[in-house]
Amino acid sequence: MSNVAIEQPDRRTFVLGASAMAAFAGFLATPALAQDAAALDAMMKKFIGDAKPVAGKVSIDLPEIAENGNTVPYSITVESPMSDNIASYDFTPESGKAFVSSRMRLGKTQDVYALAQMSDGKVFMAKKTVKVTIGGCGG
Amino acid sequence: MSTKPRIKMPDSAKAGDVVEIKTLVSHVMETGNRKDNAGKTIPRNIINSFTATLGGKPVFTAKLQPGTSSNPYISFFVKAPAATTEMEFTWVDDQGVKISDKQPLKVG
Repeated sequence: MSNVAIEQPDRRTFVLGASAMAAFAGFLATPALAQDAAALDAMMKKFIGDAKPVAGKVSIDLPEIAENGNTVPYSITVESPMSDNIASYDFTPESGKAFVSSRMRLGKTQDVYALAQMSDGKVFMAKKTVKVTIGGCGG
Repeated sequence: MSTKPRIKMPDSAKAGDVVEIKTLVSHVMETGNRKDNAGKTIPRNIINSFTATLGGKPVFTAKLQPGTSSNPYISFFVKAPAATTEMEFTWVDDQGVKISDKQPLKVG
């Protein structure tokens, strides 16, 4: 998901092409400021089109306070039968479980959103605020 | 700079078990937002895609973006097949450098 448009075009087709139980999840972080609401909307639109995210089904496991913004551990789980953007993941029925864990960079205290799109097109969302002690975006 | 990735798989799994695979690869993951001392932008060079295949079939793919930390760690789950099957892991960065490794998912 992302402010980077380059990788977007084939994502949806991949999801549609995957089998009925596939789900995929994406992830983005945005500074927790009111004027960024529009930027968040734009990012979401790139990722999910006009679908309206519904709270629930997705959970983010993130620390409340990130001491080192260079490497903030996270996990996202999707309940399913089976700034910059951070990453997007495609799951397949062979995944067995829609779960991924990785590390992200956070420049400052901000809200992190996780979006999950099911194979039927429904989109779920979760949000969590992380306080960052040392920013991790260089500069 | 392609050091061997580290992959942690279960020693053995039962068919149908959902098992965790942990991967770690060395990479600078330069975001493209930083400037060097002369004020010139350091070009972006990140691992932009990761694919895990089981017996040749993609089971998990990730599109990474600059928000992913350096030396990306990714852990995910896979349903163990009926018999031992080779898994292949491939990372590709912005310069087209491919890092890949193979390991069997042992069943039984």
